[in-house]
Amino acid sequence: MSKIVRDHGFDQDNLKEEDFITLETLRKGVENPVRLDLNNDENPDELQPFFCWVELIRISFPDFNDGRGFSMAKRLRQLGYQGVLRGQGYLIADQYRMARLSGFDEIEIDDLLAARQPEWLWQNQALKKKLSYQDRLLKTG
Amino acid sequence: MYNYNEFDHSFVRARVEEFRDQVERRLSGALTEEEFKPLRLKNGLYLQLHAYMLRVAIPYGTLNCKQMRQLAMIAEKWDKGYGHFTTRQNIQFNWPKLKDVPDILDALADVSMHAIQTSGNCIRNVTADHFAGAARDEIEDARMTAELLRQWSTDHPEFQYLPRKFKIAVTGSPNDRAVTRAHDIGLRTIRDAEGRKGYEVLIGGGLGRTPMIGKVVREFLPKEDLLPYVEAILRVYNLSGRRDNKYKARIKILVHETGIEELKAQIEKEFVSRKSEFPGVNPDLLQTIERDFSPPEYDRLSVDDYVSRIAHDPEFREWVKNNVARHKVPEYGIVTVSLKPVGGTPGDATAYQMRVMANLGEKYAHDELRVSHEQNIVLPHVPKAHIPQIYDELTKAGLATPNLGLLSDIIACPGMDYCALATARSIPIAQDIAKRFDHLQLEQEIGPLKIKISGCINACGHHHVGHIGILGLDKAGVENYQITLGGNATEDAHIGTRVGPGFSSEELIPALERLLKSYLKLRKSPNETFYNCYNRLGMDPFKEALYPHLKTKHKERAGH
Repeated sequence: MSKIVRDHGFDQDNLKEEDFITLETLRKGVENPVRLDLNNDENPDELQPFFCWVELIRISFPDFNDGRGFSMAKRLRQLGYQGVLRGQGYLIADQYRMARLSGFDEIEIDDLLAARQPEWLWQNQALKKKLSYQDRLLKTG
Repeated sequence: MYNYNEFDHSFVRARVEEFRDQVERRLSGALTEEEFKPLRLKNGLYLQLHAYMLRVAIPYGTLNCKQMRQLAMIAEKWDKGYGHFTTRQNIQFNWPKLKDVPDILDALADVSMHAIQTSGNCIRNVTADHFAGAARDEIEDARMTAELLRQWSTDHPEFQYLPRKFKIAVTGSPNDRAVTRAHDIGLRTIRDAEGRKGYEVLIGGGLGRTPMIGKVVREFLPKEDLLPYVEAILRVYNLSGRRDNKYKARIKILVHETGIEELKAQIEKEFVSRKSEFPGVNPDLLQTIERDFSPPEYDRLSVDDYVSRIAHDPEFREWVKNNVARHKVPEYGIVTVSLKPVGGTPGDATAYQMRVMANLGEKYAHDELRVSHEQNIVLPHVPKAHIPQIYDELTKAGLATPNLGLLSDIIACPGMDYCALATARSIPIAQDIAKRFDHLQLEQEIGPLKIKISGCINACGHHHVGHIGILGLDKAGVENYQITLGGNATEDAHIGTRVGPGFSSEELIPALERLLKSYLKLRKSPNETFYNCYNRLGMDPFKEALYPHLKTKHKERAGH
């Protein structure tokens, strides 16, 4: 079982593994909006022509030390993807803020991690989103 | 210098609280040791050979006198009464206790300081020319660029878990005092044909076990494009840098394996896409930075006393010749306080010495100090009228060693005395070299010379770019020192060449003595430096000096 971490706290995951397709399947063409699994060694640029067919992209984090997913999320947003972005796997609560600021909407973690790093830890991180040097640097309006 | 605003203050405080909480969660088991490690590294906390080490950021090496006093206080209260200034313009405390670290960070925050991103696989403290703002040859004060990059890189959400550490250096002068060509990104301020300021951008430089000189990736980058361009480099690196092998994870390996042209194309593509949505930097912020780095109000005091002291006092004259550099204002000088006394640890300063330097800076030098990557302290703006008093007070504190740029002004890594990675001692070697040549009274005669010592192949002592580089290795349990010659850390950066088999620690000092005595015989005139002499004559005569037995064998063979 998995938990979905969102800014307000934990939600149950309503999706099943069979609800996701791979990039390879997507390349062959699809008829209805799909949810896509993207490994963190796949090239997000390839997805651009399919954006209108994808409602959710799930990017894997095999190890919390591997930060490729953050750049993949940023690039997808930069390319114009507006659907849901989900990080999945081994991310710790201290990384939730980074994930949100990089363009993710939610994180999928397993119950074991959820027990060790409870809901309030992630909620605290969500509150810190505003304390960002990068936003302050930019011209506004 | 840059003044913290409310945001900076609250950010740094929040970070201290966050780390306090992370330490508690580590102790309670909510965080595993593996998960805690990158978090403590991002807050400057290393696990060394004997104890924790805290590396405090001194952004681009600039600090005021109150901050220096606070470092002295920390050294006394939580450490053993001294600190170690590093080759990346930071300071390290070698003996803090884990439970005290959050309190130390609070004490740093009291004076607008922190230890954020001084370690770990993230963008490290940005370094800059230690003469910035004072140097006569500069196009622009490099610290304005460095401060902008500091703010941009601090806690950047996308780049906190990079394949490996990432170092950026900036110079505002054509004479590169910031070793920009040995950094992951080097920025050199230049002007284009129309006179507009911008940067030459280099990537992929680095020392370590695979030393490489940075390559030009952009010949001219307009200033306003800096952040989107640097972001493009980092994104390409974060996505494509190797993660399978720690020793192949730096961007220099990506440059080497991908090729600079291909990588350049990828970066430019990313840059175009990033730039199209980049709104530009807030002009108020740029203005604040520019204002904070505007020059002090210079006092045009008479230089008569200074000139007459030089004429009458040979010791003062020697110190001025070596340790005072030209300032852009004729009535001023740039004073470098040597932290390399003969027999001392390069870069160490006691709490007392820190206070002496702080007092001098406050009294005579517009309240500003710098840390140089060569591990000395600089008073960047000193009226020449005050230099005699400063010299007298430095002398009393044991800080007036007249050896800047000379043989005993050695860069040495902490080596086996502190570091868990080291394979040999570095500090005692530096001490032995300084003592030996002090005894021979040859240092001034030999003149400008850069000796750099590393205690393992990770090359923290920059030995690859020393005129004489010394690398300490472990050969079957015995320390063995390899010598490289002809390295260069300036705008003409060059990796030195290994001469031959290594020396034991007992053989090393006599070998260096032979090497330098033969230089004195070989040079065309006293004006020809060791480095120039080596470049004129090549390796052979120096190799013969280091290995006299080889020479004999060679002759014997030739005779038969």
